[in-house]
Amino acid sequence: MAQAKTPTAAREGWFTLDAQAPALLGSKCRVCGTIAFPKEASFCRNPDCAGTEFDEVPLSRTGRIWSYTDARYQPPEPYVAAEPYEPFCIAAVELAAEEMVVLGQVVPGVTATDLAIGDEVELVLDTLYEDDEHEYVVWKWRPVEQSGA
Amino acid sequence: MPEPVAVLGVGMHPWGKWGRNFVEYGLAAARAALDDAGLTWRDIQFVSGADTIRNGYPGFVSGATFAQALGWSGARVASSYAACASGATAIAAARAQILAGLCDVALVVGADTTPKGFFAPVGGERRDDPDWLRFRLLGATNPAYFALYARRRMELFGATEADFAAVKVKNARHGRNNPNARYRTEVTAEEVLASPMVADPLRLLEICATSDGGAAVVLASMDFARRHEQDNPVRVAAVSTVTPRFPQTVIEMPNFSTDSAAAVPGEPGPTFRQSIASAAYEEAGIGPEDVDVAEVYDLSTALELDWYEDIGLCKEGEAEKLLRDGDTAVGGRIPVNPSGGLSCFGEAIPAQAIAQVCELVWQLRGRAEGRQVEEARVGLSANQGLFGHGSSVVVTR
Repeated sequence: MAQAKTPTAAREGWFTLDAQAPALLGSKCRVCGTIAFPKEASFCRNPDCAGTEFDEVPLSRTGRIWSYTDARYQPPEPYVAAEPYEPFCIAAVELAAEEMVVLGQVVPGVTATDLAIGDEVELVLDTLYEDDEHEYVVWKWRPVEQSGA
Repeated sequence: MPEPVAVLGVGMHPWGKWGRNFVEYGLAAARAALDDAGLTWRDIQFVSGADTIRNGYPGFVSGATFAQALGWSGARVASSYAACASGATAIAAARAQILAGLCDVALVVGADTTPKGFFAPVGGERRDDPDWLRFRLLGATNPAYFALYARRRMELFGATEADFAAVKVKNARHGRNNPNARYRTEVTAEEVLASPMVADPLRLLEICATSDGGAAVVLASMDFARRHEQDNPVRVAAVSTVTPRFPQTVIEMPNFSTDSAAAVPGEPGPTFRQSIASAAYEEAGIGPEDVDVAEVYDLSTALELDWYEDIGLCKEGEAEKLLRDGDTAVGGRIPVNPSGGLSCFGEAIPAQAIAQVCELVWQLRGRAEGRQVEEARVGLSANQGLFGHGSSVVVTR
């Protein structure tokens, strides 16, 4: 009988594996408070800061779309594409508290015509690719359903 | 303001897709530039190569590679890599040698051979390289980033798919008469809009191809130029290769995110692309109103419109009007990409910023047959690459 595959982070340490409320993991400089994603470990990006120590901080789980596009053709390796290839969307999402924009794929089933700049999205985990033993997961943006009036 | 440096010669190997050794293209361009300058390889005191990262070790040490191909002569040498700005960085190195009095005459060469299709990261599994990771984790190709900017432009300024197509139509018309261009046929807006969508809202005919090609320039001190009876050469008045300023709040290839502006708010000021051109203007002691012709990096049709604003040809949000009024076509008020731009060339990375300068020099000499901008006296190039490299060159006559 086939065992359920264990979800494994496609890039360890970049996000939590909390199935209900996953979050991207950034770094926060202990000197000036500058946040970075992916995490910085040895230098602070602030040109006026010599900080070398950082705390790991979860980033906001929701944001608004700054811009978006899609990938109609299969990206080259090292992208691992499903067979047959299914186009997907990419969104650049503005996180209000962090005042930064973070890229991510949009969950499957969403097309560019479903998206608009300013729409609210939330971070989820989804399959990036699978091999015989593992399901490799990555963060993706999912449009937040607008509740009907 | 720094002293000007003379451009004694320019030369190119035509752009295309043949897959031959990049050295061959660089050599042809170098010999053409030397002929154009009326000099021989033996006259060159400093050779400055613009590197290619897709052609093995010879590409990483391109200055020496081209010097060996021309025949070891004992000339001083440097090799530069700065992504799309590599060619301008190589020009900057040669210009600095001349202005410092370390040499009188220098040869700058860049050439590339590119694989088919999307640019992919260089080989190997490199889990700390954002250029590798963005393909692995996001499947984010270069056109994906171009498309994010294009969609943003539609949202903020009301750009339409018809506007983007009109950029392609204009550049195709320009490039038709350029013997060095790879694509030399006119296209209609209907053909552009019927081409397959690659990265919404950008279509196949709106995204620059990857090409083979080579370009070279011969630079010299004004004294050397006079001694060689060139009393009124085209001059390099500025080369800008500035870095972005923190916090960099526009998403850039190949990054996953922008800088955060939460802890350290940015000072109001130019964006990275704007600062590339403004530094060049400042160095040359001129402003956008002085420019007669510009060559900008149209990696996509939409990006050309961004550049109109970033190099100061119009205010933010007015690029579409400039285009629709025909101002940026040859014959208009301020022609942009008379060469046909990347739209007609495709990108041969280390050669491209040098090719922009070649075109501006031909324009300022009045030798750009079939695409000549009348009375061009001041030309500006602008480009942007990955990882915070970009460049702008001002040439005057």
